[in-house]
Amino acid sequence: MDVLVADDLACVQLIDVDGSPSARSGLDPASALDRLPSLYETMVVTRELDDELVNLQRQGQLALFAPCRGQEAAQVGCAAALRDTDWMFPQYRELGCFLYRGVDPVGIGLLWRGASHGARGLVERAIAPVCISIGGQALHAVGAAMATRWLGDGGVTVAFIGDGATSEGDVHEALNLAAVTRAPCIFYVQNNHWAISTPVAEQLRAPSIAHKGIGYGMPAVRVDGNDVVACLLVVEQAAARARAGEGPTLVEAVTYRLGPHTTSDDPSRYRDDAEVHSWEARDPLARCRRFLEHAGRFDEAIERRARERAGSLRARLRAGVFDAPDPAPLELFDCVFSEPTDELLRQRAALASELEAG
Amino acid sequence: MVQALNAALSDAMEADDKVVVFGEDVGRLGGVFRVTEGLQARFGPERCFDVPLAESSIVGAAIGMALRGFRPVPEIQFDGFTYPAFDQIVTNLAKYRSRSGGLISMPVTIRVPSFGAIGSAEHHSESTESYWVHTAGLKVVVPSGPADAYSLLLGSIECDDPVLFLEPKRQYWVRDEVERGGNREPLGKAVVRRSGSTATVVTYGNLVATAMEAASLAAAEEGWELEVIDLRTLVPLDFETVAASVAATGHCIVLHEAPRTLGMGAEIAARVQEELFWNLEAPVLRVTGFDTPYPPARLERDWLPGVDRLLDAVERSLSYEHA
Repeated sequence: MDVLVADDLACVQLIDVDGSPSARSGLDPASALDRLPSLYETMVVTRELDDELVNLQRQGQLALFAPCRGQEAAQVGCAAALRDTDWMFPQYRELGCFLYRGVDPVGIGLLWRGASHGARGLVERAIAPVCISIGGQALHAVGAAMATRWLGDGGVTVAFIGDGATSEGDVHEALNLAAVTRAPCIFYVQNNHWAISTPVAEQLRAPSIAHKGIGYGMPAVRVDGNDVVACLLVVEQAAARARAGEGPTLVEAVTYRLGPHTTSDDPSRYRDDAEVHSWEARDPLARCRRFLEHAGRFDEAIERRARERAGSLRARLRAGVFDAPDPAPLELFDCVFSEPTDELLRQRAALASELEAG
Repeated sequence: MVQALNAALSDAMEADDKVVVFGEDVGRLGGVFRVTEGLQARFGPERCFDVPLAESSIVGAAIGMALRGFRPVPEIQFDGFTYPAFDQIVTNLAKYRSRSGGLISMPVTIRVPSFGAIGSAEHHSESTESYWVHTAGLKVVVPSGPADAYSLLLGSIECDDPVLFLEPKRQYWVRDEVERGGNREPLGKAVVRRSGSTATVVTYGNLVATAMEAASLAAAEEGWELEVIDLRTLVPLDFETVAASVAATGHCIVLHEAPRTLGMGAEIAARVQEELFWNLEAPVLRVTGFDTPYPPARLERDWLPGVDRLLDAVERSLSYEHA
């Protein structure tokens, strides 16, 4: 528990920037080593599918896409610290979390193609629909955490938010409500330094996002978000606290969005290449691989397996998304209510006859 | 009516342990109108509890609870304080079912003490219904008296869709016989409160009582037999009951407290002229609040539509002549 403080700006870190073991925490990476090859594999798959989704957008197959490049460790490390039944409340950029849970990337692709709102295949895996409006999902995570406690299932929930979302009123309300009710909830902030074009320095005046935990009476911790082992161990600790009835934790994972906000964004208009390059040098995938090498746990089979799995999922994604048929327009009326109202049925019939007439 | 609502909550909590009641001051105090009185003592602080003063968090947390299989019945303390929760209601609650491809239901009933005529402070007398009616995915229920308050609240809690349950505060102290025992009213059925062949008055909530008073007066003084329809639920709208009445009377007046522009009156007038144009003897008229902010208490009597304003409209409708 000793890392769960926010008394300075130092990040919990187990993998140094160059991939060697880091002493900047009291945590022992040994418990993570056996799982590390599989985390590395998911990070590689995430990177490749992220690229593929960008490609598909460039080819006119997706309306839009919000890439997660650079944030793979923050996402995969967090997801790996949870049980499969712990509900995650994502924003929309959490491809690494989705893939760790085994979500079919085709559902993600169809979301960004504009074929559905809220990706298909998430809720079956205890992941809430993506929440494109900013910050609201933090409150859903708190409510679900309260419910989880009433159900007595020992679960925790995770609210995924970004540095920009910490300015939203709903995030304030969520942190406060969770603290007051001691809800088993983890607030997992991926501080990727940019909310579209607004830098984190213009988003808050607090010394760090983690410092905000003090005001809510909530333990908080800064973690190197490009260090998958640190993210894993910190979230494991936060989850253990929550499961033990000790309440919520605020985790600030310090990372960097290497790509644009979305495929419609041009980050060269607001940030320097030098800054981007400095973060490319801290690439979470390379660091993880070098750390495995240092620990004597790496062999080429790991890399090969990762690339093979990525390749087959890329193919699956392309096959499922490229020129995918549009959904049936009349389905629009099916899920507004548990049963459509008379008025909706009238409107459905009107659209049906329009479609029939061509 | 307060006791009827309290009984409905109590019966719903008794019948289903997934029903939870929470909001500002609803636990220890029993609610500022005492609608939740005794529930915390009876069902414990996990089933009826107070939360911090933050309306968005009340609705947002309810969404998370519903996602995990609960049936939250949160209270927003006053109509005018719903607006901080507007984003959660419109952006999330209303759309969750469709956003999850139908996999996640949102059986959330938000109780809101609503509407005016109680001489209260600013932001305590608002008619919010048009916002919800205009938002796909929400059901909107407005009881007009104690018996409906009981059965419609049970029907709302049982409904698998989100419901805005707008309680006319003015009726809170009205007394009436209520048949308890869990009889719930399915949503979407209007009721004819008084039959008549002269003209149709369509209304809901507080103004059902106004329309009934006007109808008695009109019958005694003018010999007009007004048919008074209490819509009870605005979504789903029971247009059949309205249509059957207007087809018979040829005159339709819609009465509500909410400001005129894009109120329920606009919707009903549009539907009536779309579907009953040749049945109409006169244009559909609206008797409503004004397009101003709700007035200070000393002026609400002038602002709110009352018996006189309604009867003036009936007279205009009945004396309408083609130019």
